[in-house]
Amino acid sequence: MKPSKRLEQDSIRDDVAIINAEGMHYRDLNFLIKSNSNSVRRIDIYNVDGQRYIGTGLKSNIELHLYGTPGNDLAAFMDGPTIYVHGDAQDGVGNTMNNGKVVVYGRAGDIVGYSMRGGKIFIRDDAGYRVGIHMKEYGNQKPILVIGGTVQDFLGEYMAGGILVVLGLTLKDRETCKAKFVGTGMHGGIIYFRGQLSHTGKEVKVTEIEKDDVAVLRPIIEEFCNHFNLDVDTIPLKEFKKLIPHSTRPYGKLYAY
Amino acid sequence: MKSYIEPEFIVERDDQKCIRCKVCINQCTYDTHYYDPEDDVIRSRDENCVNCHRCVVFCPTKAITIKRNTTRYTENWHWTQEVITAIKKQAESGGVILTGMGCDKPHYTYWDKILLNASQVTNPSIDPLREPMELRTFLGPKPDKLELELENGDVVLKTKLSPQLCVETPILFAAMSYGAVSFNVHLALARAAAQFGTLMNTGEGGLDKRLYKYGDHIIVQVASGRFGVSLDYLNVGAAIEIKIGQGAKPGIGGHLPGEKVTVEISRTRMIPVGTDALSPAPHHDIYSIEDLHQLIYALKEATDYIKPVGVKIAAVHNSAAIASGMVRAGADFIVLDGVRGSTGAAPKVIRDNVGIPIELALASVDQRLREEGIRNKTSIIVSGGIRGSADIVKAIALGADAVYIGTAALVAIGCTLCQKCYTGKCPWGIATTDPWISKRVNPDIAARRLVNLLQAWSLEIKEMMGGMGINSIESLRGNRSQLRGVGLTDTELKILGIKMAGE
Repeated sequence: MKPSKRLEQDSIRDDVAIINAEGMHYRDLNFLIKSNSNSVRRIDIYNVDGQRYIGTGLKSNIELHLYGTPGNDLAAFMDGPTIYVHGDAQDGVGNTMNNGKVVVYGRAGDIVGYSMRGGKIFIRDDAGYRVGIHMKEYGNQKPILVIGGTVQDFLGEYMAGGILVVLGLTLKDRETCKAKFVGTGMHGGIIYFRGQLSHTGKEVKVTEIEKDDVAVLRPIIEEFCNHFNLDVDTIPLKEFKKLIPHSTRPYGKLYAY
Repeated sequence: MKSYIEPEFIVERDDQKCIRCKVCINQCTYDTHYYDPEDDVIRSRDENCVNCHRCVVFCPTKAITIKRNTTRYTENWHWTQEVITAIKKQAESGGVILTGMGCDKPHYTYWDKILLNASQVTNPSIDPLREPMELRTFLGPKPDKLELELENGDVVLKTKLSPQLCVETPILFAAMSYGAVSFNVHLALARAAAQFGTLMNTGEGGLDKRLYKYGDHIIVQVASGRFGVSLDYLNVGAAIEIKIGQGAKPGIGGHLPGEKVTVEISRTRMIPVGTDALSPAPHHDIYSIEDLHQLIYALKEATDYIKPVGVKIAAVHNSAAIASGMVRAGADFIVLDGVRGSTGAAPKVIRDNVGIPIELALASVDQRLREEGIRNKTSIIVSGGIRGSADIVKAIALGADAVYIGTAALVAIGCTLCQKCYTGKCPWGIATTDPWISKRVNPDIAARRLVNLLQAWSLEIKEMMGGMGINSIESLRGNRSQLRGVGLTDTELKILGIKMAGE
């Protein structure tokens, strides 16, 4: 199928375009999005069915609404756009993302926010393994990643910066999160975890949250609740623990010089 | 704890020649030399000397000689000085022994067991001083066939070609990250690449914005730590290389220690000043060939399919099978880095014991891709201890499209292979992020030395090709009939795909 560079005129109304992605190859879909990302304000895409790389390498201020299930590497290397996923997301959401926002009204797969350096990701439900691995921060860029539900092993592995929040909303009756090796190799950033952890990496310490943390955490949780229409009071801040690395140089003493 | 380790080198100074100018004191970054005002004499702390030759070269009266310490343990073939010293060092520190540069162990260098052919009487040799010799090389997938059409009397190419990299000589500068090497080295490599018409590789530490103007001559690398990987970075390069592994340290990640992460390094890697830059061993979005395919196409999507995306691996036991997977995953070029591949810092035990010789990996990968009928779908770049033009000619005849040179390029700039890159104190201003020491590399002079090296090797390649009666590098590629082995077993000859000399 040959990609058409322009959106059909009758699919654009008031700066909002509509694409029916049914049966579309990801290359054609992404080409269509990219080549119109500076001419319309918002694109609503229906019948998204596993197309990879949506929003990948996109530098713009566009708003994308995806209906269905986008494929892997959603918003990879993305720089600026806002993506709303009305459905579940798969692996690699926000891979090496530089800026922008992804909101998932459902769950997400593995390595959400791998190496993201800026922007925000909000996942309403659970996420998979290695969430927030190697997140980092630089200058004014401080990525924020919030998982509403629970996560699997290696949360925040090799984390080097940014803020990772796990709300545990899908854990029933104060159940302990079963994720193992949380924060293994972590050497920067903060993980706020609500509820009980069963296992953490040796590079992190678990502490109670303090006054400064409340100031950081409250607006993040408010933003999460606004997106998903939740009552902020159902997520008391006192139920959070804070995980921070023992050192910014976990392997500094490993070597003989 | 008292150290039982004795100095490896002894500094000898001819007092008759020494004029007390203190150049040696100023040049040594390891604090080896010092002035004793009481006796008006310069003395040396031998235990600090790494034999880098900085003081030897810069001493105006040539008063300094560095000798290997002849006081040795009662060593034997099994328990060598190196082994005994290593044990003592580890008993004193409890740490992993670090080293720099490539493997220095006497594993076979197969290049030295391979000899080249030349024409005599028949298929006459070509004089490169009179005849045109083609070294220009295109890297990237080639089509299975070309479809041409006649349009108004002109022949028009109908086949859509994949993006290609064009280099004027099959020699590229290997991945050396800014952080492992100084900014002036990066700048010199970029300038030399631009001037000669070849490419340099950023390594995994990102690219300083001041070098963006050389983008057409730069391959940008994406490694597991994703340092400095932004859209601008991906877009500015002529090609993108996914780094899976490195010959000096196959299977393990990289640690740039926090003290090397200065303000400038922080800006390029896009991480805070002073934190360790840890590259995990695997990419955590790649656990299979399918995942590799996913990252290759994520990068192609991000850059609109206008540039080649390659993959670099360390040469290991099953490289041929992996290479087949890499090609099928969409790698436009593949890079094989052999056991001699160099590094700024690696555990010594890994560097010296993990991986296989590049000659064998190259031969088996090229053979495998030919057997599977997919050799044209990728280009092969080899690296790992390429020392001269003869190694390059042999590599291309074994099936490589081009080579990367790292160590040789640094030696051209001033490196003497003292193997102490990991200290960050390189007295030649190469492997350091210290702004004061970095100034020792003058980018103009360094670029000129690099261009000279490329020119000299290119001339030598033309001479060797001419001798074989070949006038285009295309005709040399995979032309194993021009190679013969000496002193090799049947198995070695079979893997290399070459005949014994005399056959």
